[in-house]
Amino acid sequence: MTTLDPLRLTARDAKRLLVDGEISAAELTKVYLDQIAAVEPKVRAYILVTSDNAAKYSTKVDREMQAMRGPLAGLPIAVKDNMVTEGVTTTCASRILHNYQPVYTATAVRQVWEDHVVMLGKTNLDEFAMGSSTENSSCQVTANPWDLSTVPGGSSGGSAAAVAAGEALWALGSDTGGSIRQPASLCGIVGMKPTYGAVSRYGLIAFASSLDQIGPLTRSVYDCALLLQHLVGRDPRDATSVELPEPVALPSAERLDGLRMGVPSEYLAVGIEPGVRARFDETLARVEELGATCVEISLPHTEYALPAYYIIAPAEASANLARFDGVRYGYRCADPVDLTDLYERTRGEGFGPEVKRRIMIGTYALSAGYYDAYYGRAQKVRTLVRRDFEAAFAEVDLIASPTSPTVAFKAGSRTDDPLAMYMSDVCTIPANLAGLPAISIPCGLSDGLPVGLQLIGPAFSENRMLEAAHALEGAIGFDTAPPFADPRPRPEAEGWNPGGITYRPEDAQS
Amino acid sequence: MNGDRRQPIEGGAGGAPLTGRWEPVIGLEMHVELDTQTKMFCGCAVTKGDDPNLHTCPVCLAHPGALPVVNRRAVEYAVRIALALNCTVQPRNIFHRKNYFYPDLPKAYQISQYDEPLATGGWFEYWVDGEKLRCRINRVHMEEDAAKLVHAGGETGRIAGSDYSMVDFNRGGTPLIEIVTEPDVPSPEAAREFLHQLRATVVALGVSECNMEEGQVRWDANVSVRPAGSEQLGTRTELKNMNSFRYLQQALDAEIPRQVEALEAGEVIEQETLHFDPDTGTTTPLRSKEEAHDYRYFPEPDLVPLEIAPAWVEGLRATQPELPAARVERFMGQYGLSRADATVLGSSGALAGFYEEVVAAGAGDKPAANWTMGEYLAHLNAAGLEAGHGHVTAERLARLVKLVEDGTVSTSAAKDVFTRMIEERAEPEAIIEEHGLGQISDTSELEAIVSGVVAANPAQVEQYRGGKQQVIGYFVGQVMKASGGRANPQVVNDLLRRALDA
Amino acid sequence: MAVPLRRPQQEERDMISEDDVRYVARLARLHIEQDEAARMTGELAKILAHVDKMSELAIADVPPTAHVLDVVNVTREDKERPSLPREEALHNAPAVSDDCFRVPRMG
Repeated sequence: MTTLDPLRLTARDAKRLLVDGEISAAELTKVYLDQIAAVEPKVRAYILVTSDNAAKYSTKVDREMQAMRGPLAGLPIAVKDNMVTEGVTTTCASRILHNYQPVYTATAVRQVWEDHVVMLGKTNLDEFAMGSSTENSSCQVTANPWDLSTVPGGSSGGSAAAVAAGEALWALGSDTGGSIRQPASLCGIVGMKPTYGAVSRYGLIAFASSLDQIGPLTRSVYDCALLLQHLVGRDPRDATSVELPEPVALPSAERLDGLRMGVPSEYLAVGIEPGVRARFDETLARVEELGATCVEISLPHTEYALPAYYIIAPAEASANLARFDGVRYGYRCADPVDLTDLYERTRGEGFGPEVKRRIMIGTYALSAGYYDAYYGRAQKVRTLVRRDFEAAFAEVDLIASPTSPTVAFKAGSRTDDPLAMYMSDVCTIPANLAGLPAISIPCGLSDGLPVGLQLIGPAFSENRMLEAAHALEGAIGFDTAPPFADPRPRPEAEGWNPGGITYRPEDAQS
Repeated sequence: MNGDRRQPIEGGAGGAPLTGRWEPVIGLEMHVELDTQTKMFCGCAVTKGDDPNLHTCPVCLAHPGALPVVNRRAVEYAVRIALALNCTVQPRNIFHRKNYFYPDLPKAYQISQYDEPLATGGWFEYWVDGEKLRCRINRVHMEEDAAKLVHAGGETGRIAGSDYSMVDFNRGGTPLIEIVTEPDVPSPEAAREFLHQLRATVVALGVSECNMEEGQVRWDANVSVRPAGSEQLGTRTELKNMNSFRYLQQALDAEIPRQVEALEAGEVIEQETLHFDPDTGTTTPLRSKEEAHDYRYFPEPDLVPLEIAPAWVEGLRATQPELPAARVERFMGQYGLSRADATVLGSSGALAGFYEEVVAAGAGDKPAANWTMGEYLAHLNAAGLEAGHGHVTAERLARLVKLVEDGTVSTSAAKDVFTRMIEERAEPEAIIEEHGLGQISDTSELEAIVSGVVAANPAQVEQYRGGKQQVIGYFVGQVMKASGGRANPQVVNDLLRRALDA
Repeated sequence: MAVPLRRPQQEERDMISEDDVRYVARLARLHIEQDEAARMTGELAKILAHVDKMSELAIADVPPTAHVLDVVNVTREDKERPSLPREEALHNAPAVSDDCFRVPRMG
């Protein structure tokens, strides 16, 4: 057996090793279980490691290799703990679901289970997927393997950290305002949100129904496409799911000849950290070297996207989370004196502060007298954001931006200021509002921490986007091994305000 | 429009001076549980009376991650109701979330419809005391029913005084159609008739049995009063969740005078929800929950819009079953029945079908009507059976009717035959034969009996011939007795007159 | 929906008072302590002030996006699917009585 480096192994390579008989599924799973044992104390990516099940199932895959021969068979995967898995406790990193035993399995998860992946466990997240750092988890704090004093991003921080730390070959996450892409960017891996409706939401514990999507977090773009192939498909149990017009293809492009790459000026005016900006500009140079043309475009309503999102998402969430009431499952407060007490204390004790904040905003925005001013208005802004993209995609084929305005920030540095935390998603939110596919790939380091490049495509342009990302990935040649560095101080970037982000037109690319 | 039907109420109840005449203004909402196989948004079976929590799934239990999907047949049934009410079926409709907390609502929101419902702007014509009224229909929309709550530990089984409550989710998620009228109903009696006839119409569509004991159909009434002839609407109160016609009428009969009294005393009517206690005959306010009305409606993001194709609607319209109102008119025309008789026979599809079978089997229109409405209906009621499921088939009843028509058996004997047909499940001819119930019409046979009776009653003969014509009734009775009730009364009458007038 | 605004003045619209916070907490069935209410009022006011940016736009004629997909008429056949066995349905319930989900007194 060859010595495998879980920090570098891709699913594609692992599959080749399995098929060639150079490693067994059980041995491959053991590589990851060993890595989990080694680094979990520092990273804390997993809420639950299902090591026994994983070991047993991987052995079964070996035994029945003839029958279990599909492209995903035997490949170890981590699943964000907001997707229900029958027989395995699913908590959403919330006290209110601390003991919840699902009675069914999410469709997307079931689809990969049916392809005989080996599930390693359920990963940590911001409670109910609300957050950008995974610090809102009621279970534990996850550390970014690149610098353990920083956050892995969120809300799919556990999945991103697990993949980056070699604790999983790949992982499933969910993205509502950037929750796959931003942690992927901060952890130096690939993360993708498909077109809204491409992957079934049945079994994804709902945060914002019109924005949520499940997607892959992987070590390479090829792996991302491979996993995506097995996630997509119209599900009769999800009325908002659709069949993709063409099957997901495994990418092979090495050039971008003829591609028009749009660069939105508004995304560069939101206070991008200088190091991030530098990596981004270098990447744009590569884009042109590969034969594409960079075109400056305008998405004029970008600055309104975040306000709209912070009404729409909490409003839908306030209704989606109303079912957590201590009656049919989950946490129940002790000795409720009557029904109202049951509801109020169960929810007051069961939900963390960020979740409560969002439920309050959402309830307020929908309440009598405020609908038109908030929710009604936000849905109109959403139309304008969509129209901006439609107009842009008449001129360009894909749009490029930094995924996150900053690299990984220190744990605890934004927890006192919800608005500062919300600003982490300023580049990722518009794609959710418009329902468009978007991917983040690592494009370099800044002060030793990964920087992510985001590509956004028109609806159902997954293949075009994956091919372009693949070509860029090859050209960038990012080294994907995090150092698990001990905490060290980061020099303040000149002119940079780490406490907040403001709209600075003078920073826009000229 | 229905102004002349509004029952003006005299003010001044209880001896106070008369200050004016008032008229009631009533609007109604009817909720109908559909008889689809499965629930509105999931594949659990719609059942009745089963043990608790046998028909649930992640969707109707509102487990995390579960999603709704619309039941196509429920939409079809809803359109049929809308068509029967002459509504405009909207080309596009969407669902909304109606948010509130209650244990029978597992998601803490009900998926319902709000400002883009399935259908709007219709009307329903109904009859009250021989007069036709029309009530405008505001809307027909789709939603899901709540689960069943049972309150335990108290004395009355109601919320007040209970120690705890139990939730059974079998019913939760059953497709529910809401029909909302304009406030066009002019009186409690009209309200009762309206609901009765509307219910019969929905039953005729085959979309719901509208079983009232099981709560398959429930109604709310919004009631206010205003000075007779005024166009303004007064403040209304709401009587909720009734499933009995009688209670509805009683509740309205209690609430309307209460409002009149209050207004005449210079008080203001509070817009509130009331509970009617049939034992005391009074309405009392339900505990008001201030935020209960802030439902925070927003479009349901888990469902996509429904675009109803006009061609599909026309297809449904072409296959609508015959509705009671139309059938009553047809019966009047086709069978020459009075409106009253046509209404009795035509309102229920099962009874109407039975009647038409009897006619088709050869019985005369009117006699068939009388027998169906009379003996047959009495039999069904006594035995607790549905029309068509009685112990006498339409074909056999038709034969009996014909036997009466052709004089084989007298009307009174035929009733006896009918009873025996129920008990013995036998053919009328056989029963007549076996029990010797055939009518005697043979003149010579009857002549003998008549002569005998006349001879045996000389005093009565004297009376008759002396001018007391009505004594003939006595003779008829004697002849009937002597003949075991089998004499043909018509022939007996002729023979007696001939004998007595001679 | 033409629902009139509770407070017509522009500048007040983005402020949320502690009373509002308590009302909304009641509506959302969230128990919040006294100090929590005060803190939350400040946080929510700040968020709402930011959100209020949207009022800069003149968008009366823009249609709202309720559904980002261009899909209509997704329905399912009226065909029965197996329900959960009762034990599974009740399995996660914190309180059960007579095969039903039990809740404390509602009166």
